Amino acid sequence: MGNQEVEDPRTGNAQEHQGETGEAPEGGPSQAGRRGRFRGLVLPAMAIITALIIGALFIAITDESVYEAFRDGIGQGIVRAFLVIGRAYGAFYVGAFGNPVQIVRAIFSGSSTQILRAIYPITETLRIATPYIFAGLAVAFGFQGGLFNIGAEGQYFVAGLTSVFVGYSLRGVPQIIHLPLALLAGMVGGALWAAIPGYLKGKTGAHEVINTIMMNYIAFRLAEFMLDVGGPMARGDGRPVSPDIQPSAYLPQFFPNRIDLRVNLGIVLALAVAWLVWWLLYKTTLGYEIRTVGLNPRAARYAGMNVPRTILVTMAISGALAGLSAATDILGVLHFMPNAFYSGYGFDAIALALLGKSHPGGVVLASLLFGALRAGARNMQGIARVPIDITSVLQGLIIVFIAAPEIIRMIYRLRQPVKGEMLTLTRGWG
Amino acid sequence: MTVMKTASKARRRAITMGVLFLLFALAILILFTPGVEQGQKTTFAFSEARSESFVIGNLVFATRFGLYLMAALCAFAGAWQLAKGFEHVNVVLGIVAGFFVVAFLTWAARGQSMNLTGMARSSLLRAIPITLAALSGVMCERSGVINIGIEGMMLMGAFLSAVTGSLGRSVWAGLFGAMLGGALMAGLLAILAIRYKVDQVIAGTAINILATGLTSYLSSRYLQSGSLNSPPTFRPVPVPLLSRIPIIGPAVFNHTVPVYLTMILVVLIQVMLYYTRWGLRTRAVGEHPQAADTLGVNVFKIRYINVLLGGVVAGLGGAYLVLSSVARFDELMTAGKGFIGLAAMIFGKWNPVGALGSSLIFGFADSLQTRLAILAVPIPSQFLLMAPYLVTMVVLAGVVGQSRAPAADGVPYEKE
Repeated sequence: MGNQEVEDPRTGNAQEHQGETGEAPEGGPSQAGRRGRFRGLVLPAMAIITALIIGALFIAITDESVYEAFRDGIGQGIVRAFLVIGRAYGAFYVGAFGNPVQIVRAIFSGSSTQILRAIYPITETLRIATPYIFAGLAVAFGFQGGLFNIGAEGQYFVAGLTSVFVGYSLRGVPQIIHLPLALLAGMVGGALWAAIPGYLKGKTGAHEVINTIMMNYIAFRLAEFMLDVGGPMARGDGRPVSPDIQPSAYLPQFFPNRIDLRVNLGIVLALAVAWLVWWLLYKTTLGYEIRTVGLNPRAARYAGMNVPRTILVTMAISGALAGLSAATDILGVLHFMPNAFYSGYGFDAIALALLGKSHPGGVVLASLLFGALRAGARNMQGIARVPIDITSVLQGLIIVFIAAPEIIRMIYRLRQPVKGEMLTLTRGWG
Repeated sequence: MTVMKTASKARRRAITMGVLFLLFALAILILFTPGVEQGQKTTFAFSEARSESFVIGNLVFATRFGLYLMAALCAFAGAWQLAKGFEHVNVVLGIVAGFFVVAFLTWAARGQSMNLTGMARSSLLRAIPITLAALSGVMCERSGVINIGIEGMMLMGAFLSAVTGSLGRSVWAGLFGAMLGGALMAGLLAILAIRYKVDQVIAGTAINILATGLTSYLSSRYLQSGSLNSPPTFRPVPVPLLSRIPIIGPAVFNHTVPVYLTMILVVLIQVMLYYTRWGLRTRAVGEHPQAADTLGVNVFKIRYINVLLGGVVAGLGGAYLVLSSVARFDELMTAGKGFIGLAAMIFGKWNPVGALGSSLIFGFADSLQTRLAILAVPIPSQFLLMAPYLVTMVVLAGVVGQSRAPAADGVPYEKE
């Protein structure tokens, strides 16, 4: 352990990683540092832009006023379509990043209430991005170890249960102890839930995709049982929710006297953990082992690594990260756990990990983007009457384009890449 | 040495099984008998109130007697296994598990009456969408393409079946729309997996997210008014003669067309897969595409066809949800049935008939929990609903025989 020089498991050369570890082992040494690093950003950017363009077309096509305008003439129709798109994406931008004019005016007015009101959308973006970062890191961590953790959703639920339990059952404990304990409980819950498929994979070779999906449904039922009216963790007032957690387990908000600005310490924690994950993956022996097993388990075994143990550890850490997304959601925002809340983080996290190319830094950027997408889409639904589900469409498209970069290259006539840039993240059922 | 190792492994497994059977017997005695009061009776009813088939008397027996009988049968199987050993131990395991379930039902229905025919009927109905989902998986994966997007295909099928069914005012238009919807999503999977060689699990995930987004978006845009979301439903069509057979008749032969269609599809795909040229090619492509290619089989074509057909079947599963009872599309109405189908496919060892069998078990667990709620059995329904997933994990871990995927499943084919 420690800060040792880390070799590239693929080539044996000590070289810097640029987050391309999700790619096929036969990829050979990456050609050039600077240009390669730049090129790494082109495809995701193109994928996002293409998805947004298709989303815009989709919004225009499904708007009736556009059809009415087209009846008056093609020109009017096109103008109308652009207006509809502009209004939708405008509302989207304001919902995600705030109204720039309002922000500038608020800053010049010097009134803190006005400033806070103007930056509210940004704080919401950050708040939504917080659990995304953790969930995205969870899936990305699995990818790095050659494992596809579809179970982040289930781990989220179990971690929610353990974390909220510590949150409401411990009383009279100072915050400095209670909060870390509640966070830890979430990590442990998620880690244990993920460790089971990890153990099964290492021991019997049972594929983690199926097992994590199964564990998802078991987790849903478990949460339902625990929180259902009359269940062991239900509040007892006829509502299927857990009791409120103690204030000593709250993740402190940045603006305590403004309840509606829900951004909290969780985002700082998320960034710190992202750095920690990067350090673990690229600067420690364990991380080296995890990535080696991910690239080529057979080679890892010949090199004397304990593959089943590494798989177990990878899954457990991945689950702990997913658990943190639930813990920060509950301790920072909800302050209780409702029954049957479909978080959707588990599946969005897959998109995040792909978009971030399984690199912690990339995941953080992707999560901020998705946070903005969700925050913006809510405003878009409110103002421009575009259903919020457009975010799922955009996310689906982004995954498709990231996973099949050839499509993007074809559309924009980009140069063919060095051979072996294809993503092979999972193997067959095995 | 390896021979000895496998021999001792088989021996250990045989002993484990015997002990397991004995544990089943013990569980019946410990879990169920203490709750039974003296002289309590269990009634299993066999006829449905509204059916006009020959009336069969109810089976009434002392609860204690039933439990002891089942425990004895389990114990006998265990003793036999330890002493002599069964040849087909997995079959016996199934039978012993069946005894256990009967014991459980006997206990649950003590002092009351449980309609077994109605139970069989609702198990079958609940198994239909799962079976179709599993069949979709079998079609794709037998040709070597992992299909995790079944859920999305079903959702799109359900959505389009509601729309076309409402527009055409006909269930058949609804079925057609569903097939189209499933095929559309499957087409995307096929292009991504075969043409672009995208990681198939990720392609499937993208399809699930995309289908969720598209159907939810379009339904909140267009389906709220109701005129596009009020398709007709199928009516039950009793099969002449067969539906008059006691017990089996009302349970199996008095259903809507999609139910029969599913049963026919199971048989059809089973026969096609094992007795036709298409089936042989499909299996060859799924196991060893290089070899198949050398022999002149067009790997890509077979895979495209199978994935598209798989999408059609998954779409039918979506249509079943819409056109058989609720008569409307709701957002996320598939509620994980595609994933359960995936489990059923694995549990059924990538085999159509096996998929039907495991779907029936899942359907049984599902219908059991509603019955138990009626009988006021003090077991949380959630635990029964967990059972199928747990069983799948156990099967996947190789405890109950191996369930092996086609060798080339999930591996994109690259022509040399």
